[in-house]
Amino acid sequence: MRIIATVICFFAMSSAALAVGVDEGRLADPAQEARAQGLMKQLRCLVCQNESIVDSNAALAKDLRMIVRERITLGESDEQVLDFMTSRYGDWVLLKPPFEGATIVLWFSPLILLLIGFYVIYHNLKRQKIVATAEPLSADEQTRLKKLLADGDDR
Amino acid sequence: MNKFIPFAIFCAISSALYVGLSLNPSNIPSELINDPVPEFALSEVGSDIASFSSETIATEEDVIIMNFFASWCAPCYVEHPFLMELKNRGYKIYGVAYKDRARNITRFLEEQGNPYDHVGADENGRVGIEFGVYGMPETYIIKNGIIKYKHIGPILEMQFEDEFIPILESARR
Repeated sequence: MRIIATVICFFAMSSAALAVGVDEGRLADPAQEARAQGLMKQLRCLVCQNESIVDSNAALAKDLRMIVRERITLGESDEQVLDFMTSRYGDWVLLKPPFEGATIVLWFSPLILLLIGFYVIYHNLKRQKIVATAEPLSADEQTRLKKLLADGDDR
Repeated sequence: MNKFIPFAIFCAISSALYVGLSLNPSNIPSELINDPVPEFALSEVGSDIASFSSETIATEEDVIIMNFFASWCAPCYVEHPFLMELKNRGYKIYGVAYKDRARNITRFLEEQGNPYDHVGADENGRVGIEFGVYGMPETYIIKNGIIKYKHIGPILEMQFEDEFIPILESARR
């Protein structure tokens, strides 16, 4: 029973990874089609916004898939195909934002937040250490402490 | 003093998120603003006669409005009265019928009125893709063959006088 559930889960989770743009106009050359599929996975569907054009059923996504194939048949490089898309739809069409001036904050903010977190932890640990290494009691305080503890025993 | 640093970070992050939340995710800025119109040539709906192209647009002296529409697009019906109003005010409007049949376009224009100087048929949607169109309707303001503005979605009543007309007039100058 558990095995069946595991298998079902496995297929449910892997379906997105295995998704291919199923179109009538797939390229005859498997290598070219694989390249096209790779590019399609990097391109955002503009209608559904959080899907790649491979995963989307939107008519526009289908058109864009066909354009990717056409460009590849014309012998364009991956970069040229992506340039064609970004020159019309902007960097937004790329699911992975490019590394450049405007997006540098986007790329580094997780790292900066992580460093801030480390600093806070370090800062707090240091403060605890100071508390732990408080000055030892003076002789007077020692005798008073002993007396107080002894009093406690009496009760 | 140190107490205020986390508070300041909190304020910075929450104001950034507030701004982020108030943006409209379906308004994707156009890449083509202040660029020449992409190359295209359309034939008039229901015929092989040349309608308009990137070349004929570039020769227009006055500002022109290029409107992508379709008879199957519900928001286009909402927008249509404002296109009629623009025509009445003397603006030149070029229509691109996006992925639509000639018969349906003709009926749409007979029923709703025809604000367009030309209606080109973009049957396979390729001209739309050249312009970066991703939804219906979309409207471009073009002067001397340069795209000045892109309006995504229907031109609504509340936008018409306060947004669209001023942008149109400033593009005219």
